[in-house]
Amino acid sequence: MFKIESHNHPSFIEPFQGAATGVGGILRDIFTMGARPIAILDSLRFGDPDDQKTKHLVNGVVAGISWYGNCFGCPTIGGEIAFDPSYARNPLVNVMCLGLVRRDRVVRARAEGVGNPVFYVGNKTGRDGIHGASMASATFDEGAEERRPTVQVGDPFTEKLLLEACLEAMETGAVVGIQDMGAAGLACCTSEMPARSGTGMDVELSRVPQRETEMTPYEILLSESQERMLLVAERGREEEVRRVFAKWELAAVEIGRVTAEPELCVRMHGEVVARVPVDALAAAPVYTKPTEPPAELAELARFDPLSLPPPADYAVALSALLGSPTIASKEWAYRQYDQQVGLNTLVLPGSDAAVLRIKGTPRAVAVATDGNGRQVALDPRAGGALALCEAARNVTCAGARPLGATDCLNFGSPERPEILWQFAEAVEGIAEACRALDIPVVGGNVSFYNETSGQAILPTPVVGVAGLLEDAELRTTQWFKADGQRIALLGPETVSLGGSEYLWTLHRRRAGRLAPLDLELERRVQTACRAAIEAGLVASAHDCAEGGIGVALAEAAVTGPQPIGAEVSLPPSVRPDLSLFGEGPSRIVVTVSTGRERQFEALMAESAIPWTWIGTVGGARLSVQVGGQPIVSLSVARLHDAWRNGFERSLV
Amino acid sequence: MRFGVVVFPGTWSDCDFHYVIGEVLQQPVKYVWHRDRNLAEFDCIVLPGGFSYGDYLRAGAIAGRSPVVEALPEFVARGGVVLGSCNGFQILCEAGLLPGALMRNECLQYRCQSTHLLVENTDTAFTRGIRPGQVLRMPISHGEGKYHAEPHVLATLKKQNQIVLRYCTEDGGVTRAANPNGSVENIAGIVNDEGTVFGLMPHPERAAETAMGGTDGLMIFHSLLGSLVEDGSVLKR
Repeated sequence: MFKIESHNHPSFIEPFQGAATGVGGILRDIFTMGARPIAILDSLRFGDPDDQKTKHLVNGVVAGISWYGNCFGCPTIGGEIAFDPSYARNPLVNVMCLGLVRRDRVVRARAEGVGNPVFYVGNKTGRDGIHGASMASATFDEGAEERRPTVQVGDPFTEKLLLEACLEAMETGAVVGIQDMGAAGLACCTSEMPARSGTGMDVELSRVPQRETEMTPYEILLSESQERMLLVAERGREEEVRRVFAKWELAAVEIGRVTAEPELCVRMHGEVVARVPVDALAAAPVYTKPTEPPAELAELARFDPLSLPPPADYAVALSALLGSPTIASKEWAYRQYDQQVGLNTLVLPGSDAAVLRIKGTPRAVAVATDGNGRQVALDPRAGGALALCEAARNVTCAGARPLGATDCLNFGSPERPEILWQFAEAVEGIAEACRALDIPVVGGNVSFYNETSGQAILPTPVVGVAGLLEDAELRTTQWFKADGQRIALLGPETVSLGGSEYLWTLHRRRAGRLAPLDLELERRVQTACRAAIEAGLVASAHDCAEGGIGVALAEAAVTGPQPIGAEVSLPPSVRPDLSLFGEGPSRIVVTVSTGRERQFEALMAESAIPWTWIGTVGGARLSVQVGGQPIVSLSVARLHDAWRNGFERSLV
Repeated sequence: MRFGVVVFPGTWSDCDFHYVIGEVLQQPVKYVWHRDRNLAEFDCIVLPGGFSYGDYLRAGAIAGRSPVVEALPEFVARGGVVLGSCNGFQILCEAGLLPGALMRNECLQYRCQSTHLLVENTDTAFTRGIRPGQVLRMPISHGEGKYHAEPHVLATLKKQNQIVLRYCTEDGGVTRAANPNGSVENIAGIVNDEGTVFGLMPHPERAAETAMGGTDGLMIFHSLLGSLVEDGSVLKR
């Protein structure tokens, strides 16, 4: 079970608590369904690394994730951190959680059985977070920091108790349904739960445990105090529920019951203060608003990156890319996260996808998140599809078959036609890719109004994909393994510098056209890669993404436990910078296990995908030729230094 | 050997210890609730990692005064042994069962990483099977693991050979760079005077299977199993 959610606005106002409660919220979404959370991934976007405010936000967000996840006891095993000035006053904090549950033990957020008691469980209610949801759905201006009181305050210790108590209560069989009090708090739960079951609810607010005095019914209903749940139990089994929550020293107070009439009736000291049909609260209206492509799009597409001069020194360019904070090692962040609690993590952060075993079975799950706002800005439909494809490709590179996806759609104000157009196009793109790769989207989150003082973020759909390895022993990592192993490039030759990391890092340009995406080819390349892994032919597999094949090769050389070089020869092209740093979909760098080359060739021929041998692993240098001309030769020590220390040099 | 793994509100390495002892080592193991005082059925009590009682006040402070911890001196006097890892080490110090204290990491950040550990004392129930001077690899995961003790306490620890593990380099060098949290003299684990209560910040349960990246942590469990004598008590030093 998995889902991704955003906590962008709160994290700008108060990065530590904003990010922490983002983690808390998604954890609750997973364990309210009866699943034990086994992994957290964070997809983060910040402004220019040189900006002092960015340093403050990065430190606060990472510390907040570390504090909440570590104390709760769920490993943080992956995600991304990327930078672009558009996120300067509107950072993105998207958190994905993966949980494990037996299929027949899934608990739903339903309020069934007229007369069943409704329990309030967990933390007490205070005035924190009131209007949190509406704050999160407003655009910011310069006074954004003044909204700090609308940010919730987390307590991971109570959340841990709530996890254990909820799972134990569910074990008794006395729980009919349960829902997290997230956005809009009690008001949301008391209407959504009965709305799903065609029932109503009658609740008495004076019974709600409160940590502040003289709270009004309005405040109690809309408080977004954390670590609270609404639970519907089977009538006659109230004691079983109370006993479990008492053991974990948490409140479990009966505040009402399920009614037949599809109506929410709210009382304060017996007096009715609200009576609303549940559908009026739970059903979302459908808006039809104008959409229009942004005016500058055609102009941006006309830009030819090859009109810029090639780099004077390719070694300097490659080191600069590898050391740029978006690409460099994120160890500074993930060493602050517990990555191993639960004893499931087979592949730690730092490869294309993290891999977790499922104890008691030979299986494992691989999981990754991806998103690239620059690509989406230039071509929202292709960009959306590329995000899904790349997350799936990462999971494929670990040897897993993608099973499902979750998406977090971060955009500016939908009231602007060009933003809504980007949104609509990106959603179509994701949907097209899902159909082509046969990956269902099982849930997610939309975050609009990501703009400050009229400046919207890059349109940023972030996609998380989870996949299954039938045999955990076949898990594959991205780094080169041994001298003499041959390197193959799977996928098409076509790449583009349009929207590339190279164009941004070295030229500060975001323009041009993306390389074309052929979804059918993407599917075949991924299938072929998995087949080779499953046949035991592959020593390493690494997706070619930001920075093109140059960066992919350098990463394969330096991200493993023992840096190791390679000799690579790429086919001739218009210009070496295009070959080395051009980006395109459906491309995977694979090294083949020693002695299995013939079998690999046969398998590739059978799968009918474009592919080619490009080099051999070994030595202490990464040397690349294009069309027979030596282009770059760098010691792996220097590459390792750039990659290993780039993030801290930029940000700390 | 009969193991009891203590569960406080907020403990999270309990399941991992339970798994390693029960599934990997195939030894009898049960959870012990923090309110229990009766430990008669166990030979070894494990205080696992986590954030007991949210680590409010100070790490391990509240758990150090809980019923199960209050029952430990009698359990040890009767011949039992106690292994406290991570939060368990913090609890043992807070309870006064081990000297010194664990403070905020020098870097002021949480650290989850692999560490190398120099085994200095092999004359304990927990390290009997390890070679003196052997270097073990185990992960740490903590925000408050900087070991601190007053100079006279350190002197006693040394005189009585109570320092068991020090953070070191891969080849056994006890250097500042190998110290992940600023602990005094790179101390990573100590025992009481009898060698029957062992506290360490690293996680031996996370180094108990090849799939998890190493098996050096198993040496501690194997030493324990080898220390059990026929009458059911555990060898002292």
